[in-house]
Amino acid sequence: MTLRLWFAIPLLVFALFVAAVLWRLADPPSTIVETRLVGQPLPPFATAPIVPGKAPVTSAELTAARQPRLVNLFASWCVPCIAEAPVLADLRRQGVRIDGIAIRDTSADLLKFLRDNGDGYDRIGGDANGQAQIALGASGVPESFLVDGGGVIRYHHVGAIMPQDREQVLAEWRKLR
Amino acid sequence: MTVTPKNQRLLLVAVAIVALLGAALLAMWGLSGKAAYFRTPQDIAAGRGEVGQPLRLGGMVKTGSLQKQPDGVSIRFVVTDGPASVPVLFRGIVPDLFKEGGGVVAEGRLERGGLFVADNILAKHDERYMPPQMGNLAAERKTRETVSQ
Amino acid sequence: MIAEAGLAALWLAAALALLQLGVAFAGPRIGGVRAIAVPAAVAQGLLTLFAFAALITLFVRTDLSVQLVAANSHSLKPFIYRFAGAWGNHEGSMLLWVTVLAVAGAALALLERRLPLDTIRATLGAQAALALGFFGFLLIASNPFARLNPAPPEGQGLNPLLQDPGLAFHPPTLYLGYVGLSVAFSLAVGALITRDVGPALARAMRPGVLGAWVLLTLGITAGSYWAYYELGWGGWWFWDPVENASLMPWLAATALLHSINVLAARGGLRAWTIMLAVVAFSMSMVGTFLVRSGILTSVHSFAVDPRRGTFILGLLVVYVGGALALFAWRIGTVREGACFNLVSREGALVANNLLLSVILGTVFVGTLYPIFVEALTGEKISVGPPYFNAVSGPLVLLLAVLLFVGPLLNWRIDRRPVLRRTIAPALVAVAALVATVALGPMSLLSRLGLSVAAGLTVASILPLIGRNLRRTPLATWGMALSHFGVAVAVAGAACDSAFTRETLTAVRPGESASVGPWTIRFAGVDPVAGPNWTAVQGHLVATRGATRNLFEPESRAFSDPQTQTNEAAIRTYLDGQLYTVLGRQESDGRWQLRLWWKPFVTLIWLGGSLIALGGTLALIGRWWRGWRQRVRAREAWA
Repeated sequence: MTLRLWFAIPLLVFALFVAAVLWRLADPPSTIVETRLVGQPLPPFATAPIVPGKAPVTSAELTAARQPRLVNLFASWCVPCIAEAPVLADLRRQGVRIDGIAIRDTSADLLKFLRDNGDGYDRIGGDANGQAQIALGASGVPESFLVDGGGVIRYHHVGAIMPQDREQVLAEWRKLR
Repeated sequence: MTVTPKNQRLLLVAVAIVALLGAALLAMWGLSGKAAYFRTPQDIAAGRGEVGQPLRLGGMVKTGSLQKQPDGVSIRFVVTDGPASVPVLFRGIVPDLFKEGGGVVAEGRLERGGLFVADNILAKHDERYMPPQMGNLAAERKTRETVSQ
Repeated sequence: MIAEAGLAALWLAAALALLQLGVAFAGPRIGGVRAIAVPAAVAQGLLTLFAFAALITLFVRTDLSVQLVAANSHSLKPFIYRFAGAWGNHEGSMLLWVTVLAVAGAALALLERRLPLDTIRATLGAQAALALGFFGFLLIASNPFARLNPAPPEGQGLNPLLQDPGLAFHPPTLYLGYVGLSVAFSLAVGALITRDVGPALARAMRPGVLGAWVLLTLGITAGSYWAYYELGWGGWWFWDPVENASLMPWLAATALLHSINVLAARGGLRAWTIMLAVVAFSMSMVGTFLVRSGILTSVHSFAVDPRRGTFILGLLVVYVGGALALFAWRIGTVREGACFNLVSREGALVANNLLLSVILGTVFVGTLYPIFVEALTGEKISVGPPYFNAVSGPLVLLLAVLLFVGPLLNWRIDRRPVLRRTIAPALVAVAALVATVALGPMSLLSRLGLSVAAGLTVASILPLIGRNLRRTPLATWGMALSHFGVAVAVAGAACDSAFTRETLTAVRPGESASVGPWTIRFAGVDPVAGPNWTAVQGHLVATRGATRNLFEPESRAFSDPQTQTNEAAIRTYLDGQLYTVLGRQESDGRWQLRLWWKPFVTLIWLGGSLIALGGTLALIGRWWRGWRQRVRAREAWA
C-alpha cells in the first residue's frame, strides 16, 4: 500500500508544475507601464518638420491651442502602425483631431508610409533621436495620448489602437469636448 | 547480496526517491546565490540591491550619460527609471539596439560603491516587429511589453 | 483551393483519430484492431502528410491569400527559405508536430506485430487520443490555412535570422525526435492498461526510441553549433529555456534507451522503463508548451499567446496527468522483473538512470524556478549558466566515470574482479590529470573533465577487446562508438573551458591585436550589400607561424524588419577554431574587435555526431538482425 503512495509522487510533482504555470498564465507579468503622466500637464518637448506641408508638433502649441488633440507616436518602420492606420482614419472621420510624431524616421520613408496607409494627421513632427518619446514617457511605438484643451494628458493608449479599442478612445475623446 | 523480487522493487523505488530528493537538494544548493534577481534603479536606491550577487538591472539608458572609455571597448552609462539612477560600466561590444533613451537590461553585479559592473547587455529586443494579423492580440499584447522583460 | 484541401485533410484525419480511439474503447467485442484501427492510423498519417505538403506548396508559391503566408513569407525570399518558412512559425511548426505524430502512429500500427492484440489496441487508442487533442489544438486555435481577405500585395516575413540553412532544417530533425517519442509513450500507456509489461514491450519500443533519440541528438548538436556561429558570443550552450526544453526529453530518452535494454535482455526495470517512457514524451509536450505559451521569454520564442498556452496546458493535464495517474494506479500490479545484484550490468544501468534523472530534475527545476519564485514571492529572478553549469557539470563527470566500468559488467551478477580491467582507463585518467598541471591554470571542473575524457576514450573500447570482432553485434560497436563520442564531447567542452583565449579591443586600420598564438592585423573595412541587407565587412589577416589566413566578419543591418546581426568569421584548424567578430566604430576611428582562439572546440559537436552515429549503428544492427531472423524463419518453413 505504501508503495502505491510512492508511485504517485511523479503525479504530485506534475500537479505542482501545473499550479505554478496556471498562476503565471492567469496573471501575466505586469509589464504595462502606467504612465505617470495621466492627469499631468504635457511635459515640454519639440519636434522638427519632417513632411512638407505639415507643421511640426510642440508641447507649447498643443497647450496654447485650447483644443483637445490625439497625439499619436508612430513610424514608417513600425509594423503594427500599419494596422492602426485605418482605425486612426476612422477616428478622424468621427471628428478626432490627430497630430503625429514620427520616431526616428526619415522624410522619404514617412511619405511612402502615408501614401500607402493614409494620412489622417493635421500635423506631423519628426523626433529623430527619441527625445520627445522619452519626455512623454512612451516606451515605444505605436503609442497615443489624448491631450485636453488645457494641455493636460487625459488618456494614454499603449500599442496600436485596434478596432476593439476604437470605442473607448472615442468615449475618452468625447469626454474632453 | 541478492534480493527477493519484492525487496528489489522497494529498493528501486527507494533509488527513484533518492534521485528526486537528490535533484531537489542539488537544485536548491545551486540556486542559492546563483540565481539572478531583477532590480530596477528604484530598488537599488531603496537598498534592495545585494552587493556581489548576480543581478539584472532594468531601465532606460539616460540620455547624455553614455561615455566611451579610452580603451575603445568599455562604456559607462546611467540606467534610470525616472526617480532613481544607477551608473553602469560595461566592457564589450554592445548590441546595435542599445542606444540612449532606449530600454536595456544589464546582467552583472553591483559593487560596493554603487557602480553596477555589467557582464552582458540585453538591449530591449523590440518585439513590435510582429506582423499585424488584423486584430492579432498577440502583437498588441507584445506592444505593451516594456523594459522589465 | 489547396488551403481548403489541406484543411479538409486535417479534419478528416481528426475524425479518423476519433474512430481509432473508439475502437480502442469498444474493446475486444468489436475486434476491429486490424480491420479498423490500423487502416485509420495509416490514413491519418497520409492525410496529415498531404496537409503539410499543401502548406509547403502555399509557402513556396507565396500564396498571400493565406494569412500565415502573408505574415511569414515574402516573394523575394530564396526558394529554400520559402520552403522552410512553412515551419518557421507557430502554426506551421504545430502542423509539423502533428504530422510527425500521425506518421509515427501509422508506423506503429503497421509495423508492430509481436505484441498481443489487446496491448496493440490500447496502444493505438492512446496514440489516437494524443492525435485527437493536438488535431483539436491545430484546428481550433492554430489554423495554418486561414484565409486573408483581401490578400496583401506582399508578405511580411523577411526575418533575416530565419534565413539560415542550419536554422531552417534544425526544427524538423528535432520534431522527428521529440514527437517520435510519442510511440514509446503510447506503448507504455497501452501496456499499463493491459498490465502487460515485459521484454516484448521493450523490443517493441526500442527501434522507435533509438530512432527518435538519434535524431534528437543530431538536432541538439546542430542547434548548438548554429547558436555558436550565429549569435557571435563564442558560447555553445546558453541554458536558454528553449534549449533546455530540447535537452530534457533527450535526457529522459537516453535513460529510457538504457532501461529498455535491461527490460529486453533481462525483464528487469519494468516500472522504471514505463515511467521513463511516459516522462520522455511528457517532456516533449512540456517543451512545446513552454515555448509557445509566453511564460518564459527566450530568443527562440514564437509570437506567443497565453490563450494557446492554456489550451496546450489543458492537453498536458489530460495526457501527462492521465498517464502519471494510470502509472500510480496500475504499476503496483505489474509483475516485478528478475532479480539482480548491485554489482551487475543492471546495477550500473540503474545508477545511470539515477544520474540522468537527477540531471533532468535539476534542469527542470532551474528552468521553472523563476516562475515558482515569482508566484510565491513576487520576485523576478533569472536562472542561467552559473547554476546549470555548476550543477550538471559534476554529474556529467560522474556519469562518464560510471561508463568506465558499467558496459563491462555481466548481467545479473558479476563476481569477477572486473575492476582489474578498469585499471587501464583509470591510470590514463590519472596521468591526464597530472598532465593538465603542465597545461596551466584552469578550473577544477575542466581539469577533471580532461582527465575523465582521456580515461573514457580508453574505457569505451574495452568492451570490444577480447571479443571475436567479426561476430560482435553491430549494436555493441554502436555502444562503444557512442560512449567514445561522450568522451570526445566532454574533452571538447573541457578544452573550450580551459584553453579558450579571448581578446576584446579597439584598433585602427593597420594595427594588430593578438589572441593566443595568433596575431591579427586589421586591414580595414568595406561596405557590402546583400539582397535585403547592407553591412560593414572587416578585413583581418591572421598569422600563426607559417599560416596566414584572411577573415571577413560582418556587421549586418537588415531593413525589413530592422535588425542587426553579427556574422562572425570562423575558420577551423586541426587544433582549434579562430573566431572573429566585428563590433562598432568608435568616434575616434577605431573599430571594436572581439577575437577568440578556441582549441579543440569542434570536438564538442564531433562528439555529439559520434554519439548519434553509434545509435544509428545500433539501429541498423538490430534491424539487420531482425531481418535476417525473419529470412531464416521463412527458409525454415520452406
